[in-house]
Amino acid sequence: MQTAWFCFLALMVTVYVVLDGFDLGVGALHLFLGRTQEEREQATAAIGPVWNGNEVWLIASGGVLFMAFPAAYAGAFSGLYFGLILVLWLLVGRGLALEFRHQIDNPLWRSACDGVFCLASAGLAFVFGVALGNVVRGVPLNADGYFNLPLFNILNGYALLIGTFGLVVLCAHGASFLALRGVGPLASRAQLWARRLWWAEALLFLALIGPTYAVRDEMLTNLTDHPWRLVFPLLAVGSLIAMFVFQRRDASGRAFAASCGFIVGLLTTMAAGLYPNILPSHDGHPNGLTVHNAAAGDHTLNVAIVWWPLAMLIAAAYFFYAYRMFFRGGPPEIGTTPPTE
Amino acid sequence: MSNYVLVDRLQFTLTVTFHYIFPIATMGLALFVAWLKTVSYKGREGHRFRPWRKTQEERDDYESAARFWAKIFAVSFAVGVVTGIPLEFQFGTNWAQFSNYAGGVIGTTLAMEGVFAFFAESVFLGIFLAGRERFSARVHWISALVMFAGSWLSGFFIIATNAWMQHPVAYSKSGDKVQLDSFWGLITNPWVRWQYLHNMSGAAISGAFVLAAMGAFFLLLGRHERFARLSVRVGVIGALIFCVLQIFPTGDRSAHDVSVHQPAAFAAMEGAFKSEKGAPLVIIGNPNTEKRKLESTLALPKLLSFMTSKRWDEQIKGLNDIPTNQWPDSVPLVYYAYHIMVGLGTILVLIAALGVFLLWRGRLYTSKAMLWALMLAFPFTFIANIAGWATAETARQPWLVYGLLRTKDGASPPGSVPAGTGIFTLLGFAGLYLLIGILFVLLIVRIVSRGPDDPELTTTSTQASAGAS
Repeated sequence: MQTAWFCFLALMVTVYVVLDGFDLGVGALHLFLGRTQEEREQATAAIGPVWNGNEVWLIASGGVLFMAFPAAYAGAFSGLYFGLILVLWLLVGRGLALEFRHQIDNPLWRSACDGVFCLASAGLAFVFGVALGNVVRGVPLNADGYFNLPLFNILNGYALLIGTFGLVVLCAHGASFLALRGVGPLASRAQLWARRLWWAEALLFLALIGPTYAVRDEMLTNLTDHPWRLVFPLLAVGSLIAMFVFQRRDASGRAFAASCGFIVGLLTTMAAGLYPNILPSHDGHPNGLTVHNAAAGDHTLNVAIVWWPLAMLIAAAYFFYAYRMFFRGGPPEIGTTPPTE
Repeated sequence: MSNYVLVDRLQFTLTVTFHYIFPIATMGLALFVAWLKTVSYKGREGHRFRPWRKTQEERDDYESAARFWAKIFAVSFAVGVVTGIPLEFQFGTNWAQFSNYAGGVIGTTLAMEGVFAFFAESVFLGIFLAGRERFSARVHWISALVMFAGSWLSGFFIIATNAWMQHPVAYSKSGDKVQLDSFWGLITNPWVRWQYLHNMSGAAISGAFVLAAMGAFFLLLGRHERFARLSVRVGVIGALIFCVLQIFPTGDRSAHDVSVHQPAAFAAMEGAFKSEKGAPLVIIGNPNTEKRKLESTLALPKLLSFMTSKRWDEQIKGLNDIPTNQWPDSVPLVYYAYHIMVGLGTILVLIAALGVFLLWRGRLYTSKAMLWALMLAFPFTFIANIAGWATAETARQPWLVYGLLRTKDGASPPGSVPAGTGIFTLLGFAGLYLLIGILFVLLIVRIVSRGPDDPELTTTSTQASAGAS
């Protein structure tokens, strides 16, 4: 049962990164991709109706982590205190910049909102990477299941590398999305950036393997010990290659799908490599949290196995409906109606 | 109390109090947007249900009012979301030992809020704001109903969480943690029922007074006559209905729950120091915890005993007969918060009743004094709601989970989050929320100054939803 919840949690986090990933990427890139006010407008309008719903996946994942593995929730959130509070502030700033951008019709106001939106999106992509990097690397948990990492220890070399990788992957994801949903010069510029960022993605992906093995050899041995788990890294590599091919063929839709596949592959590889750990401890600290010692009681998990799939089914149904309604037909026409709100 | 616990408490107080303004507004407005939308969708001439018997022209009024209020709702919802995310994460960051201790129980209700309520609200708000042009009238109406249901469901899960902290049920101890024994027991906690209804009716009062205030404002200015009359009418009727429900049965029963399960909290709320039969109901008075008595009081004899038990000479247990380590941390804080809530509630029910009376006599839209009163009353509904929440939370102290876990034992260990770190983020939140508050007021002023006839409300574009989804 604990294993099932580990999988569900990994699934929710993956859905979150795939969905919110493209709007974070669009946010981080839109200042560079959009040369004019209209193009930037177009970029934010492309994610307009859906970004808030995407972000809910983060909140829901947090809720499920709390429900299923309270000890991991408590330990990780208090130990990475500064990182978490930074995420909260960035989320607040980003949400406000997007919500309020259209409310005041003044070019300086819009530029300011664009700047905040860009910095907060890039910052979030980076900080999420840093947080995952620290989880993989392990944290100095004490016997009670708590730890304290000062800011400069959060920003260790390995975490910075993963943070950079996260930023690059989400930017590439956002660029693929805009190549698909943008029009005119914005779309072609996005396509160009998606191609350029592919090289950075591939390079960093290869560069990661060594350091990952160095900080936690289980990340690789876990996969080789259970060969079926190799499907996850294979999915990542396959998607990466597919992305390259589709980009060269100008098949934006498929390239975006491949980018989604790449992110799914990366996160599932990480989950498969970590399992059964959920918050491993750093070398020399024996108090790691696993799915067994961090899990909530049986009744909680057994009941949740009933309501959770029900909720997911309902959510998936209206996400599917809303996405179909918002994204059917061509990209939104901008400039034909006065910008409102 | 240790320093770091105080800092964690202050930060949670700041973030939850500021956040709570917005759910009050959205839960209240969602009800009225759903009502306006339903009348506009279902209404027709000769409908059997009298409130839905509307001409085409009236239905259009309801439709445009629904759109205007949905816009105010959307801005409040956006701020509610961005200020709400920190709350869910602060259980982990600042209250790690509490999360570890009780997560096996309350994690369930919090996770359910996320997967059942938040998804529905965010997706259907996007659909609602994208407008009638992209979605059929039926989908538009349904999305208004789902927004309402989602926000009230969200409220239920939060109250269920809080109710468990007030009155823990359906758990067993396992090691140094608690775990859930019965899911059904958790969501049917006897404490939930009245606390939930009392809380939601309070939000509905705020929504109703906000409608009435906006209508009164436009009537006094002589602008948007039709919209203004509709808003004032729906507002005062709604206000009276929910003010009455707020007092009886929900308020009465909630107080009864407190008197039975948390006698110390109840005594502090009422300012009762000595135990007595036929205890008086204190209207005004200053509690003095050193002398253990209430000073400069104005009280109605025997009424407290009667209200609690329906018997005039019922024994009420006073604080003097309760050990001080069971007392709330600050008796005056509990006492004043409670009396502010009750006092304001009494004034508000009178205003609402007078408003409905004048509406019945056909003089409401022209009575300047009444319109001024309605226009200025709405902030006090928010104060009453927040004072009520503060009563519930401060009266529970020194317990974080009543009878099980003391507040000082629930904070994150000082090794993880030292007091200085907490002060730094507390100040950061204070600054950020000041900025959010200023922006929110600016936006509302802008929407109001454009008024309900703003062409933007009826045109739609992706940007409309980009701005407010």
